[in-house]
Amino acid sequence: MTEGIILGIVVFTLATFLGFELIQRVPPTLHTPLMSGSNAISGITIVGALVIAGGDFGWVSTYVGFAAVVLAMTNVVGGYAVTDRMLQMFRRDKESA
Amino acid sequence: MPAWLAQLVYLLAAALFIVGIKKLQHPATARRGNALSGLGMLLAIAVTLLNREIVSFWVIMAGCVVGAGLGLWMARSVKMTAMPQMVALLNGFGGGASLLVGAAEFLKVEMVGDALATTTNTTIQLSSLIGAVTLTGSLIAFAKLQELMSGKPITFPLQKVSNALVFLTIAALGVYQVVSPGLHDGPYYLLVGLSLALGVLLVIPIGGADMPVVISLLNSYSGLAAAMTGFVINNQVLIVAGALVGSSGIILTQIMCKAMNRSLANVLFGAFGGGGASAGSAKSAEGLTVNEVSAEDAAVRLAYARLVIIVPGYGLAVAQAQHQVRELADLIERNGGEVKYAIHPVAGRMPGHMNVLLAEANVPYDKLVEMDDINPQFERADVALVIGANDVVNPAARSDPGSPIYGMPILNVDHAKSAIVLKRSMNPGFAGIDNELFYQQKTSMLFGDAKASLSKLVTEIKAL
Repeated sequence: MTEGIILGIVVFTLATFLGFELIQRVPPTLHTPLMSGSNAISGITIVGALVIAGGDFGWVSTYVGFAAVVLAMTNVVGGYAVTDRMLQMFRRDKESA
Repeated sequence: MPAWLAQLVYLLAAALFIVGIKKLQHPATARRGNALSGLGMLLAIAVTLLNREIVSFWVIMAGCVVGAGLGLWMARSVKMTAMPQMVALLNGFGGGASLLVGAAEFLKVEMVGDALATTTNTTIQLSSLIGAVTLTGSLIAFAKLQELMSGKPITFPLQKVSNALVFLTIAALGVYQVVSPGLHDGPYYLLVGLSLALGVLLVIPIGGADMPVVISLLNSYSGLAAAMTGFVINNQVLIVAGALVGSSGIILTQIMCKAMNRSLANVLFGAFGGGGASAGSAKSAEGLTVNEVSAEDAAVRLAYARLVIIVPGYGLAVAQAQHQVRELADLIERNGGEVKYAIHPVAGRMPGHMNVLLAEANVPYDKLVEMDDINPQFERADVALVIGANDVVNPAARSDPGSPIYGMPILNVDHAKSAIVLKRSMNPGFAGIDNELFYQQKTSMLFGDAKASLSKLVTEIKAL
């Protein structure tokens, strides 16, 4: 179990550094879509929510699991859909005429 | 599906998130990047559904239908001006999901009557804390942005002390839960309740003008919460995704703070903005006069300018006048002039907000120029057209150490050959500070609603 945590900390630390490198290069013009898009990524909690909701844990599955799936799914679908809606509006000069 | 295969698919999902963000580095590839990131999410969901622990699909299906429907409806119906609220709300949902998953892991172990490993127990307490703070903090930010509650900072005596006490109590409860044998319902519920309260307490003293910083920070928290949930359920893809979002939120928070020349501590605890004691200028504007200009004269100057730099502020978005701006810019270009847009990092209500609003009005993104790149070009500009912006063009930020915004990076509109300022009235801006730009000799004021004024300018130029 401890090994799992240590591995997790390693992965977390490296991914944080990678995130800094990646995101510093995103131009300010795309910061709002970046925010809504990364927001959708944080909806990855859906993975945990599905295992709860689909498990055999009585009311915890039915109510807590259901609520968790709803929140995470809204986060995921809403986040990706609104990001796509914004990004399709970005046009270069030539295309816009 | 064997566990190792599932792990590899999760790894692929994490890789797609990374590639997706990488493609966000350019507007031309950004949409594809978002789609790839979504594909990663789809893979992660699909492989989870094949998990052996999943025995029933009814609750999952119900939850997915409700969540997807709600998400799609929000994404389709939201106005671009309301994007900060939307992101705040979605942040809150992400945090809420992390809280619930942490709680469910706690409750299910208790239900089975098992013991919880110390490490898992610790991460459950952490993901519950961060998830709860993100949930209620985001809901307050949403309420402030949506104007369901006042944007003014809510303060009370000993606020910081009481917040610190709440936090210390939460920490003590968490430590107790982890070190004492067995699981304790009461302390856990108390920890969740206090964490929910802490989210509220942390955001209410922050003024409406500072919400861009707050939603960036909450964005980061929602990532951290997801990563903590990853530790709880021992799944690396959550940890990678959470770390990426966490660092993204931190970077945006830093950018916003720098653009307002404030430290994060000052934003979080300074109770700044929305009036009150902090406002007020060292220099009084009494006795100064402004040059008012008619729409006809302004139109002539714009029509014959070689370079016009448009400085849009949030007032433009409030007036819903982005399309009129675009029409005006088209006319100036047809007359042989060049038009650029100077975008201050805090021009909108969240990072990059103004760019989205102008993109919606079909302004090409290569005409939107960042502050550091546009500032040297103001000297060449025949006219700087300021629309609904105030503090971000106030020269006092450069010259007057007594001003509350002193040191904030601004757009150098005062370096342009002339400036035309579209403004509703002479009321001071968000921070309640007088703007000496408006009293300068080369500045002309065109009073009125931004949309109406722009329409008038368009009509006048057409009539030339």
